[in-house]
Amino acid sequence: MTQVRVLAGTRKGAFVLSSDGKRDKWSVSGPHFGGWEVYHMKGSPADPDRLYASQNTGWFGQLIQRSDDGGTSWQPVGNDFGYAGGDPGTHLWYDGTPRPWEFKRIWHLEPSPDDPDTVYAGGEDAALYKSADGGLTWTELTGLRVQPSAPGWQPGAGGLCLHTIILQKSRMFVAISAAGTFRSDDAGETWRPVNRGLHSEGIPDEDAEVGHCVHHVEAHPSRPDTLFMQKHWDVMRSDDGGLSWTEVSGNLPTDFGFPIGVHAHEPDTIYVVPITSDSLHYPPDGRLRVWRSRSGGNEWEELSAGLPERDCYVNVYRDAMAVDTLDSCGVYFGTTGGQVYASADSGDSWAPIVRDLPAVLSVEVQVLS
Amino acid sequence: MTSPGAAPGAAPGPQVRVVLPAHLRNLAGVHGEVLVRLTVPVLTQRAVLDAIESRFPMLGGTIRDRRTGKRRAFIRFYACEQDLSNEPPDAPLPDAVAAAIVAGTEPFLVVGAMAGG
Repeated sequence: MTQVRVLAGTRKGAFVLSSDGKRDKWSVSGPHFGGWEVYHMKGSPADPDRLYASQNTGWFGQLIQRSDDGGTSWQPVGNDFGYAGGDPGTHLWYDGTPRPWEFKRIWHLEPSPDDPDTVYAGGEDAALYKSADGGLTWTELTGLRVQPSAPGWQPGAGGLCLHTIILQKSRMFVAISAAGTFRSDDAGETWRPVNRGLHSEGIPDEDAEVGHCVHHVEAHPSRPDTLFMQKHWDVMRSDDGGLSWTEVSGNLPTDFGFPIGVHAHEPDTIYVVPITSDSLHYPPDGRLRVWRSRSGGNEWEELSAGLPERDCYVNVYRDAMAVDTLDSCGVYFGTTGGQVYASADSGDSWAPIVRDLPAVLSVEVQVLS
Repeated sequence: MTSPGAAPGAAPGPQVRVVLPAHLRNLAGVHGEVLVRLTVPVLTQRAVLDAIESRFPMLGGTIRDRRTGKRRAFIRFYACEQDLSNEPPDAPLPDAVAAAIVAGTEPFLVVGAMAGG
């Protein structure tokens, strides 16, 4: 029997939400790691019972937890996330002075599609790590952090975080706030910025090669050259593997937001959650809405059935949207108000799975046969 | 106390009662105080932390930075009603404190700093 498992990382622990393929009745397991921030939790495509979770607090630092039974039990694995080399060098601090790289947390975990023991991790200050032994040990892929633009990277208000990792065999993409998107064609050995076409009013040179506050990037597996980006402002699209970008914000009520999702079976169907502005991190007019484009951008439709009509002032973070792979594609997102919403019909209608979790930091979903 | 003492094969040294904060007890899978045995005769902050991390490897990096060895900012070390947090890691603990800890009359406390708001 088909089962669906939603992995929700929150400000105070991790939760596993389970349902059958109908996706109308859910059970809730958790909190796992209660009291800890869980920035991200994701399952291995090669072994769905292998889960990885990033667990952190300001008191005790970073831990990585691994489950081999679908989240029933967990064990801490490696948490040694230093910067390779004796002198890690510097990036720019908020005051414009050089500042040595300093590890703070793991924002995103991306398991390999082929090997349950291989997983990548995106860190703050921005660095990309890889483990090939199920998270026991981690190695920094230094090619990203030593590429020429890195000493000029400067954190935005959210920190210099590597929050997006896209694996396409030997080609990889990462995105960093507030540096931009980077591409490797040699499995992470060397990297180059791929931000041409991005335009950001918050930086001195609005068309600069780096310095853009990219919030999230997604790609459909069947179209690896097509990338969709939610930037600080602007929804963007690339059809050449990131070499150039065009804006596809179209008729969105506001093009500020954090997550972006791609339908599992329709590579041109994408989802965003418009947020009022960079200074008002809640939906316009207190009405929570998902907007869907079936044309890969520019033409958007408002999805409202089942979502709050008034007095809603939550945010949806960058890693808090996911889609499942059932025939009728499920779409999920979590809010800073602790709700996780699900749609079993590609976004046409929505219902909350849970309403009162801690602030949701991330949402991922697995389909189990 | 749930910990019977030092790991097998460890060199003899003072046995120390340690109180961990709740989150680290959960992580280590213990309840209440733990006992750790030092591998050096002189009681220092580093010797106690080395013994804790040796017995509970999953606590590596949670009390002090793995690379620099510096105490994490929101961690405190107390014993005998004294704040030892800012003592040099290799300085012998004050005589009266060391004596009480070695005698087992007082524990070494690892404390998460208070947070309000």
